[in-house]
Amino acid sequence: MEFDNSQLITMLPEIVVMTGALLVMLIDLMMRDSDRMWPYALTLGTLLAAFAATVFVSGGDSEVILGGNYVRDAMGDSLKGALLLIAIPLFIYGREGLLKMDEWRSEYLTLGMFSILGMMIMISANGFISLYLGLELLTLCLYALVAYVRDSSKGAEAAMKYFVLGALASGLLLYGISMIYGATGKIDFPGILQQLSAGSAADNTVFVFGLVFVVIGIAFKFGAVPFHMWMPDVYQGSSTPVTLLIGSLPKIAAVAIALRVLGGAMENLHQEWYMMLVILAILSMAVGNIVAIAQQNIKRMLAYSTISHVGFIFLGILAGTEAGYRAAMFYAVVYALMAVGAFGILIALDRKGVVVDQLHQLKGLNDRHPWLAITMLLIMFSMAGVPPTVGFWAKLFVLEAVVSIDLWWLAVIAVFFSIIGAFYYIRVVKFMYFDKPLDDEPVIVGGAAQTMLAVNGMAMLLFGLFPVLLFGLIKL
Amino acid sequence: MSADLPILSIVVWLPIIGGLLVLGSGDKAPNVSRWLALMVAVATFLLSIPLWSGFDSGTAAMQFVEKAAWIPAYNINYHLGVDGISMPLILLTTFVTILVVIAGWEVIQYKPASYMASFLIMEGVMVGVFAALDSMLFYVFWEAMLLPMFLIIGVWGGPNRVYATIKFFLYTFLGSVFMLVALIYLYFKSGSMGILDYHVLKLGINEQLLIFAAFFVAFAVKVPMFPVHTWLPDAHVEAPTGGSVILAAIMLKIGGYGFLRFSMPITPDASHQLDLFVITISLIAVVYIGYVALVQSDMKKLIAYSSISHMGFVTLGFFIVFMIASNEHAESGAILGIEGGMVQMVSHGFISAAMFLCVGVLYDRLHSREISDYGGVVNVMPWFAAFMVFFAMSNAGLPGTSGFVGEFMVIIASFRANFWFAFLAAITLIIGAAYTLWMVKRVVFGDVVKESVADLDDINRREALVLGSLAVMVLLLGVWPAPLIEVMDASIKNLVEHIAVTKL
Repeated sequence: MEFDNSQLITMLPEIVVMTGALLVMLIDLMMRDSDRMWPYALTLGTLLAAFAATVFVSGGDSEVILGGNYVRDAMGDSLKGALLLIAIPLFIYGREGLLKMDEWRSEYLTLGMFSILGMMIMISANGFISLYLGLELLTLCLYALVAYVRDSSKGAEAAMKYFVLGALASGLLLYGISMIYGATGKIDFPGILQQLSAGSAADNTVFVFGLVFVVIGIAFKFGAVPFHMWMPDVYQGSSTPVTLLIGSLPKIAAVAIALRVLGGAMENLHQEWYMMLVILAILSMAVGNIVAIAQQNIKRMLAYSTISHVGFIFLGILAGTEAGYRAAMFYAVVYALMAVGAFGILIALDRKGVVVDQLHQLKGLNDRHPWLAITMLLIMFSMAGVPPTVGFWAKLFVLEAVVSIDLWWLAVIAVFFSIIGAFYYIRVVKFMYFDKPLDDEPVIVGGAAQTMLAVNGMAMLLFGLFPVLLFGLIKL
Repeated sequence: MSADLPILSIVVWLPIIGGLLVLGSGDKAPNVSRWLALMVAVATFLLSIPLWSGFDSGTAAMQFVEKAAWIPAYNINYHLGVDGISMPLILLTTFVTILVVIAGWEVIQYKPASYMASFLIMEGVMVGVFAALDSMLFYVFWEAMLLPMFLIIGVWGGPNRVYATIKFFLYTFLGSVFMLVALIYLYFKSGSMGILDYHVLKLGINEQLLIFAAFFVAFAVKVPMFPVHTWLPDAHVEAPTGGSVILAAIMLKIGGYGFLRFSMPITPDASHQLDLFVITISLIAVVYIGYVALVQSDMKKLIAYSSISHMGFVTLGFFIVFMIASNEHAESGAILGIEGGMVQMVSHGFISAAMFLCVGVLYDRLHSREISDYGGVVNVMPWFAAFMVFFAMSNAGLPGTSGFVGEFMVIIASFRANFWFAFLAAITLIIGAAYTLWMVKRVVFGDVVKESVADLDDINRREALVLGSLAVMVLLLGVWPAPLIEVMDASIKNLVEHIAVTKL
């Protein structure tokens, strides 16, 4: 297959992000510590430029380039757009947190940018090779970021755990990919789909084994039960600015690969894989919501909350309908928005030398800083799925997806666990609003982070009242 | 009929936006926020009056309808409208909110702006619940009620407020999420989110039973019915006075309203099959909870249990309809039952609000709700005693007060269904009198024994205004309920005709 330069314009967003990441790395070498504003500004500028590029190349029919390895379509555009926009508050909060920890270095920006690049490649992957490349780019950056604070033994431990388990998951995924390749002789998704439609491949035991391994690999990256063990430890062990990244955006990319592989390449095998996802979803919602109740550490609690949200995202995917896929994408974007906000609040509460990660440290926040308290309140109610916040619509749409394929009992199980989940979310509100503060140290938040947090909290309400503003942009 | 102004939207959003303004005015200038809150509340009430005056009581169709696309992908609309069932409840809401604002005037010193703002937002949301004709819009308003109430109890409540408010939240959340699944199911059956479309949707009996169960959990928790009533005494006791008033006067009515708007018309056959079950637990609420109220030593708890008992009348009135259907004169009896339930809801809205405000008056002075801490209040607070005795009498169902009308109608209707239902329901006239009057006797009458009671001041003008206006309403509704019944008549007749037709 020949290489056509004009095709490159299609992947302009990726090119912009990569150039930005490389420039940040280069500039930083020439900067004194005091001038770190420049790489930071460049990062935010790159994200905006990449978003603009995404808008620029979007629209029209889907285009497949680079020898069938890369696809640009409506789904990829909307997920990439969301990814890049949510990355902006992420870096703003991240800088705030690292400044408070005296760890503000450009590695955070570079690694963060490369991980975003990895996610964008995952989103646009049209074959297993590019999917795997994107995934590895993402996870390698994340492993390094977890150990970002060099003298933190907890961070090192978490990075090690994450690396070992992540490598295992990658291995499983790769193993599955090789089986699928062996059974079909194709490595790109449309090719595999074609082989499956043509006939015999689906009955092939090797293929079904491959499918199972691929599902496990995806479940690992999502953190679905029973492949969730790494999440609480990694969330807790990383410094909050890093947890912020790990806990939010990768879910958007994970949805993308799940949809590309399961909804795209294995569309015909819906009957085979949806039951696996049903089990994963039920287990994730059960374990995530129940175990979260016992947590005293907010980051661990949010890790389990993530696990339960993953269960909900799976509900949308397993429906196997277009509405379901769209609901899952919407859920992932909303989730990323909520998670970024929640970790952002923790960062805002950090002080020099004091890391806020215990629930009781939130006590009396309403008396200390009412704005942060109301932002957190909105995020918590949104995570619990209480209207009029946007989290409600996210849950509603995935529930509608499962009811539409007559799995109403699954919807009943899901709402049942969301009641259990509501308890630990409103317990956070209880600490903030009903308890007296433990200390009256003033909360010091940088102007940018404070503004962004207010926007983030209001977004919960705005999109809750006008869900179409966000939902309309999520296209399949 | 279409008025030029979107009155319903104004009545929903004015208090919410006003509430946000009050919140923004901050706690530094409490008087500004108080007056602002009062102005918003009064303006909302005045704007809701056209709903009554412009109402065409000759038709059962929805009036003041507004419709706009909200989420086209799922056919979700911003669809508002009222009929004879919801309109009186909206007026009740806007009226009671003014009283709550006035009642909290001096009493609330901790974050008064947030307090007033919570109630105003609550008001808009509750009006939204009554006015919503799209099931998702209804659900959004329904759940959004939890938020302000959760904070009201949790921030301004009594010593055990955290337990009470979390219990309140989880109980109601538990109820409502199953309703959500049922609504989604109905959406896939009908392809629409409109409540009125659900009314005409054909459903098999198994579907109906499951949907009925899901609705029932939601509404039974809200009413609350025995045995899911246990959150109410806790929430009432710990809530600030205003919170108790809104809970008792409006939020409980939303459960009853849900039965009329959802359970009965959407699943008439399931309602018919399970009517004996609902009637039984309603009667348990009426009789057994009445006895429970008798032994309470805490005034607020006593009134809370009395609320549950009175709400038992409401659900009884609604569901005996299905029993009456098999008798002759079916329609008039059925209408009587539902209208009785509705009158009981409105009247209980006034009376329970008044009772909680009376307890609030005492609590503000002595900071105790224990009956045993009082005695001989009449000697030092004669005006207050007069009000309290009046409201107690109406709570016990004295003829001439609104409490009598609803109970009487329901009892008459029960006779058409079964003598023993009427007999058990009528017991409440005795028990109700017993627990209310006994409480009054111990609190108001007798000699002043406690020194603290001797120093009490009588009600001031603000409190007299609040209690006085409620007294007027109770009397008015008691001696002349005809206007209320008239506006409901067409809608309820339509409902009765609708549920008489099987959907199988």
